[in-house]
Amino acid sequence: MSRKLPILLFTLTMILVLAACGSKTGTTGSGSTTGTTGEASTGTELSGSVLAVGSTALQPLVDQVAQKFMADSKYANISVQVQGGGSGTGLTQVSEGQANIGNSDVFAEEKLDADKAKELVDHQVAVVAIATVANEAAGVTNLTKQQLIDIFTGKVKNWKDVGGKDQAIVIVNRPSSSGTRATYEKFALGQKVEDLAGSIQEDSSGTVKKLVTETPGAIGYLALSYLDDSLKAIQYDGVDANVENVESGKYPVWAYEHMYTKGEPDAATKALLDYMLTDEVQNGDVKDLGYISISGMQVKRDVDGKITK
Amino acid sequence: MEQSNTTPREARRRAWPMEKHRVEDWIGKIYTSICVVFLIAVIISIVYFVTSKGVATFAVNGVSLKEFFLGTNWNPQADTPSFGALPFITGSFMVTVLAALIASPLSISAALFMTEIVPSFGKRILQPAIELLSGIPSVVYGFIGLSVIVPFLREHVGGQGIGIGAGALVLSIMILPTITSVAADALASLPRGLREASYALGATRWQTIYRVVLPTVMPALLTGIVLGMARAFGEALAVQMVIGNSPHIPTSLLESASTLTSVITLGMGNTAMGSIQNNALWSMALVLMLMTFVFVLIIRLLERRNRL
Repeated sequence: MSRKLPILLFTLTMILVLAACGSKTGTTGSGSTTGTTGEASTGTELSGSVLAVGSTALQPLVDQVAQKFMADSKYANISVQVQGGGSGTGLTQVSEGQANIGNSDVFAEEKLDADKAKELVDHQVAVVAIATVANEAAGVTNLTKQQLIDIFTGKVKNWKDVGGKDQAIVIVNRPSSSGTRATYEKFALGQKVEDLAGSIQEDSSGTVKKLVTETPGAIGYLALSYLDDSLKAIQYDGVDANVENVESGKYPVWAYEHMYTKGEPDAATKALLDYMLTDEVQNGDVKDLGYISISGMQVKRDVDGKITK
Repeated sequence: MEQSNTTPREARRRAWPMEKHRVEDWIGKIYTSICVVFLIAVIISIVYFVTSKGVATFAVNGVSLKEFFLGTNWNPQADTPSFGALPFITGSFMVTVLAALIASPLSISAALFMTEIVPSFGKRILQPAIELLSGIPSVVYGFIGLSVIVPFLREHVGGQGIGIGAGALVLSIMILPTITSVAADALASLPRGLREASYALGATRWQTIYRVVLPTVMPALLTGIVLGMARAFGEALAVQMVIGNSPHIPTSLLESASTLTSVITLGMGNTAMGSIQNNALWSMALVLMLMTFVFVLIIRLLERRNRL
């Protein structure tokens, strides 16, 4: 009997493990939507749990707002969890029902299949503008769209060809799957560019900033919130990369930060999304953290990049 | 337990409650059995998961094996995507081999110093210091690489500083403790008689080390090196920070390149599960896992040789 015990236990565990794997679609979702059901009370008080997963660019904002949201006595019974993982992860998890909210830097249509993307409802909560940055040794303050294309496609390899000093250009790019890169390629360059041999790719804004600041002749792009005195933005076609120019539509390199839900959100999730759009958040946390308020935008843009006033 | 088969049931029932040590014995057995079963289940699940995901690129998305393993063009986001992973496979092997080449002589010398030359100093000070190195998180190594090694290479050697060379240097420091401790253990476990016999024949200390000690522990030293290489091959974060991650086979040590791990960590969060881009990353994870098996296999073979 003693010999058979481990085998028996093994079989049992395997059955359990396999059973757990099989029922994945049903029960796994860690962010089960408790919603507002239950609580035989009058129903004015919201309760439930909300799980928001995805974009690391949006994470600090959602994190901070969620803390304030939960501290608000009106929403005391709602617990909000915020996780990173990237836009792709966020969209996948919300599409599969594992998270209530999928945070993304890009439109769902750009990452998911059309029919999956159709099920998702887009809630735009902020705007992020991306500025071109270059190392001091480059010696340029303005680049035209064509000059940027020449640089990022490798046609121009020295800063002196675009009006700078005699200094080799080092491209600090984002990985090809990055949402920031997609935005930059779409709106600053107007085309996709391939990774050049010898270019550098980093996914963390902090590392990009460090490399561009320190590497002679480096060029890269960063969200406005990362700029300070050590690293200044370069004008794009003569336009400064700043909040006013983004809001008025003069500076084109920006993207929405999306919080997707699958279908219409349940009450607890909706409360959080509405809270994100209140003036208090939009003029407070959003601006403090270096994003651009969605309410200040004078132009709108759809998934194809068409701009309407 | 043998008894339970021989004694009749009645007798056993009368003996209840069992003696304390028996109960403890049973609890211990059940507990360890559950743990082992759980461990095996976890391993099987991981292997199954990575394999099924990794094979999907070829089975579901129809990427050819030839393109994946021999193609040099990696452009998964393009309108006609291409999935050549050869640059990453070569990158992984290059940094691993380079790191082992840099770290092995240093580690083995350190181990010799600790065990043959000044054992007391080595045991008391050097060994804990080297073991401390292995406890430092890899992000710290990466950051040191980015802040110290990269600028140093850029200013004194040339190029961007970032690249295969920087990656190999960072990795070599990371695998130093692995190789050193395995080598030191092997050297310390060498029978005294061997050395004494060598000295008795009139050999100098250097001759003893070179002709007797090193050849005897060679399999163990190789095990240590392979262990270190396995760690280097799988390391992601530190390498990703300093290697540059350009999807091309580099032509110099100072040029940006990628490893399998760095591409996976850069791309995993940004791609949607189930998409072809994501599956291609899982295929690379599968390659990494298979390589780990190869490393384990090599270590096993070396150990067998060691025992003879």
